[in-house]
Amino acid sequence: MADLKVKIGALEFKNPVLTASGTFGYGHEFQDFLNISRLGGIIVKGTTLEPRQGNPYPRMAETPSGMLNAVGLQNKGIDVFINEIYPQIKHFDTNIIVNVSGSKLEDYIAVVEKLNHLDRIPAIELNISCPNVKQGGMAFGTSCTSAAEVTKAVRAAYKKTLIVKLSPNVTNIAEIAKAVEDAGADSVSLINTLLGMAIDAETRRPVLSTITGGLSGPCIKPIALRMVWQVSKAIKIPVVGLGGIMNATDAVEFLLAGATAVQIGTANFIDPAISEKIVDGIGEYCTRHNIAAVTELIGALKI
Amino acid sequence: MKKFIDDLTVCSNRKLNNDYFILGLTSVKPLPAMLPGQFAEVKVENNPAVFLRRPISVHDVDYAKNILYLLVKIVGEGTRTLSFLETGNTLNLVYPLGNTFTTEDVKNVLLVGGGCGIAPLLYLARHLHNLKIKTTILLGGRTETDILESEAFRQYGEVYISTDDGSLGEKGFLTNNSIMAQITNFDRLYCCGPLPMMKVLAAIAKQHQTDCEVSLENTMACGIGACLCCVTPTTAGNKCVCTEGPVFNVKQLQWQI
Repeated sequence: MADLKVKIGALEFKNPVLTASGTFGYGHEFQDFLNISRLGGIIVKGTTLEPRQGNPYPRMAETPSGMLNAVGLQNKGIDVFINEIYPQIKHFDTNIIVNVSGSKLEDYIAVVEKLNHLDRIPAIELNISCPNVKQGGMAFGTSCTSAAEVTKAVRAAYKKTLIVKLSPNVTNIAEIAKAVEDAGADSVSLINTLLGMAIDAETRRPVLSTITGGLSGPCIKPIALRMVWQVSKAIKIPVVGLGGIMNATDAVEFLLAGATAVQIGTANFIDPAISEKIVDGIGEYCTRHNIAAVTELIGALKI
Repeated sequence: MKKFIDDLTVCSNRKLNNDYFILGLTSVKPLPAMLPGQFAEVKVENNPAVFLRRPISVHDVDYAKNILYLLVKIVGEGTRTLSFLETGNTLNLVYPLGNTFTTEDVKNVLLVGGGCGIAPLLYLARHLHNLKIKTTILLGGRTETDILESEAFRQYGEVYISTDDGSLGEKGFLTNNSIMAQITNFDRLYCCGPLPMMKVLAAIAKQHQTDCEVSLENTMACGIGACLCCVTPTTAGNKCVCTEGPVFNVKQLQWQI
């Protein structure tokens, strides 16, 4: 059996498979289907300083090989997370990472200062890339200056592992990644959803209440792979790859492109047990290819 | 209730008419306990145009024969693909999902189903019958082919029918059916159907101070409360139809009625 352990900053993961924020709830929703302790980590729903109701229904549209969502960061806020949700999930024997979202720099700081005190949260994923709310952070994530500014401020306030989630809705994602690295991030994760839209020709109306939404699923995988490859060549810190991973082969492709770990997102909606199956599948791939440690696959693309 | 992801075997596919069919699904294992109002997320295979699962109500369960029935209306690519299933095919389900209707504290109830909205009501009727609760059923649709399973419902209570075109039962909307004159006799209405119909019914129920539960069918992705796509506004904020519903008391909903 291959060694599946990977490291991001100082943080060790038992394997490179994490679940993506907003697709896995707080983990306990999936307990009937898989053993959460077998995953490398879970990234819980985007959490903001204040509770948010999100966008009006309809928030979802199925697309060819994917879906659009416009949930808009519906969450109960950091205090409810700490007081009510965290006690229910802290026993999971995996890395529980909180996705931190916000509209203002002060809000990000206030949230991460509260998270500093939670023993069982060893890392955060800083969301500077939500496309679905006007102040969803994407404004921070689409310029090098603002991405660096928010990363630097959060780095100063947050003691543990800091992953910054990048938006693909930019001209040059490698430049943003470099700016975030220079500002002190331990890792970057990419890609968040691609901005898209769906139209109902019969009613001549947009399908989503917000008109535009974030595209995810296997339809975005080639773009995600390309961006992971470009970014991993441009920076030294580890890259966490995501975007349309549906099975272990997809996950291995991201590792080969340069990702140190991967996140499983939309696939959780189709098969709630998929993330554990992907852990097994990566192990089987390693065995089949006589690979002793999964780290050998990282960036091992032959060109 | 524990949820499962399981491959079931198609044991029947009964075509009701051009728009509706009922799948019978069985398993080598005993089927899990399911409650009226709950649903399954069904994986549609062999059609690349269909990406997400399709949420489909538990129509009936025959535990003696270990068969789950799903009533499906062909509305798009997903349900059309399901309509081609044959005996012996496999269908992957995530189930049972969602909540159930409230059946405590009632003695005399009215079930109201519009078109495919009868899907969760047959199993509810069976359940109410077992609880010895007097049940009356009101079925409605545009035309007679939208009136489904009326004979099955007759096992459990008196059946009233309305069609918009008068091809079966009374002519007009079901909300104008003669049984509605007796609305105050009922302790609760249970309703499932098109949203405009449910809102009219809920308004009538409110006017007569009759309790009313509705089953919503918002589009959804995961079915287990993770994606937050299927929300409906309630008095306690946006709630997932998949986990906190699909059954809601109309008093919980922010309907302008």
